[in-house]
Amino acid sequence: MNTPTWAVELDHVTKEFRGSTAVRDVSLKIADGEFFSLLGPSGCGKTTLLRMIAGFENPSSGDIYIEGELMGETPANQRDVNTVFQSYALFPHMSVAENVAFGLHMKKINKADVATRVKQALDMVQLHAFGERRPKQLSGGQQQRVALARALINEPEVLLLDEPLAALDLKLRKEMQLELKSIQQRLGITFIFVTHDQEEALTMSDRIAVMELGKVLQVGQPTEIYERPKTRFVADFIGECNFIDGTVMAVENGAVTLETTGGVRVVGTGMFPVAAGDHAVLAVRPEKVRLVEGQQPQGTNVFAAIVERVAYIGSDTRIIVRLPDGSPFDVWEANTVSTLDPNQYYTAGDPVFVTWATQNSLILER
Amino acid sequence: MAKILADKRIETKHGRSRPVAKRHMPWGTWALTLNAIFVYTFLYVPIIVLVLFSFNAAKVGAQWQGFTLQWYNELFADARLGDALWTSLKIAGLSTIIATTIGTLAALALEKRGWRGRKAFDTGLYLPVIIPDVVMAVSLLGFFTLAFRQFQALLGLNLAMGLWTVIISHVAFNISFVTVVVGTSLANFDRRLEEAAADLGATPWQTFWKIKFPLIGPGVLGGALLSFTLSLDDFVVTFFTRGPGVNTLTTEVYGRIKKSISPEINAISSLMLLGSTILVLTSLWMQRRRQA
Repeated sequence: MNTPTWAVELDHVTKEFRGSTAVRDVSLKIADGEFFSLLGPSGCGKTTLLRMIAGFENPSSGDIYIEGELMGETPANQRDVNTVFQSYALFPHMSVAENVAFGLHMKKINKADVATRVKQALDMVQLHAFGERRPKQLSGGQQQRVALARALINEPEVLLLDEPLAALDLKLRKEMQLELKSIQQRLGITFIFVTHDQEEALTMSDRIAVMELGKVLQVGQPTEIYERPKTRFVADFIGECNFIDGTVMAVENGAVTLETTGGVRVVGTGMFPVAAGDHAVLAVRPEKVRLVEGQQPQGTNVFAAIVERVAYIGSDTRIIVRLPDGSPFDVWEANTVSTLDPNQYYTAGDPVFVTWATQNSLILER
Repeated sequence: MAKILADKRIETKHGRSRPVAKRHMPWGTWALTLNAIFVYTFLYVPIIVLVLFSFNAAKVGAQWQGFTLQWYNELFADARLGDALWTSLKIAGLSTIIATTIGTLAALALEKRGWRGRKAFDTGLYLPVIIPDVVMAVSLLGFFTLAFRQFQALLGLNLAMGLWTVIISHVAFNISFVTVVVGTSLANFDRRLEEAAADLGATPWQTFWKIKFPLIGPGVLGGALLSFTLSLDDFVVTFFTRGPGVNTLTTEVYGRIKKSISPEINAISSLMLLGSTILVLTSLWMQRRRQA
């Protein structure tokens, strides 16, 4: 037994399918009661990882522990986890109540208890009036809730969710995000949530593992993932980001100076060990950049630029400027003042200066 | 025709109507319509004539001499025909049960991927669907003769053709049809449902009986009904593989035709037509029901 016990522990797990590697040497420890997201683009191996925890696939190498117990080739029906499938996978020939009761029937729980617990489970997802319906008679959002009730009624140690909200429209998805989170907090069950939607992951998760090409690139709290991405891919995949390539000139107290091919110097916070002469990339988020008109501001990280395109999106104005070397650069300005005066907004062709604070930009591996 | 089209109005979505543009029927459409009329004439006129004449009072000849149920009454009183019907039902029933079991298992095996020879097995199963009945019949006859000789030589057993050889032969051609029908049903089955059941604690056995079988059940039943119909309607294979004294409805009808086409023959044929039609429609309905 490992102490302390993790809800799920993956130890150097690799999965190969006929020559291609879906999951590469993944090690993760997921704590009891944690809302843990696996985030990545399609084909990054996140669903395969989830399927191995559920027991639908076995790792090619490496070990999976659930509640400290080595799973090996334990079949899915003997694992104390339940899954909410992307397609819901409700049984079409059974009523909603029968679907929800299925897991308890398999455990040979007596009929009276099953009835009470089915009622509770349907109450929890606000579907008490729909027990007698067939899954096909429900909307997508309702089917989703049935799938959730069907899984949670078994009181699993770990609930696995495979992009459960992907098929819902935006408004319903936002509602379900909050609802899932509140159910998870109320029940204290460990949730492992697979998604390709970075905003969804940031909103709901205690911790996120960002995956690409079968590898876990970074694990951390939403703020860490967003504010301190360790690689260019993570910075790019989570939110928007500007990148400036360059050569390291100096490293001083964690501040790294890069020189771009155009001969401009930029300074950012070092995120990995570098030495002078290394190639690296500076990353800065568009909302952390300021635009200045008129006089050139003092300090580091100042570029003269020309406004190219302006998109007003209500809460923000998104401005694309072009740097002297011709590369585009995104800047978001929060619209903190309500006005219709066109002079308060930028227009294409305006000469501006782009600037940001050193602590707001990171130096990453190229 | 053009005038009728011009005057016809079609309802639009909003309940108003607008005139349909005046147009001539292209010659291709005429040709196809004519063709369809020919096809239906050749298909259905003989059948309609047969059914009509089963109610004809005339004993011989093609003259309509009034409506009668006499031939049907005679049929129901005919003990020999009753025996033939019973034999047909026994053969159809037993061969259907056996063929449905084997055919369903074959379809389930074919659904599993990644075993050697799967493709060849799949193709091989379709053979009885496409080869002519008479080839199937002759090959089965040859097979039985050869097998009997081997049993005689090796074990000293004297085997002979009988009812059981007909049943085995019917099983042989029905398996393919059952496999095809059940296979279609399985192709529409969502495999994630099996994973969902396993995830909820069901053993593979429970998953099969509680999830998979109820969902492919209509397909299995449809396959069984098709197999039953094919068996009842079969003449060629039965004729070649039956032992002495084995007489089914089809062989009995054939025996009587050799003398003359009597009104009773028309009546038996009409009833067989009715029975087969009901079975086939039920089979189709069963297969479609799961999509509803």
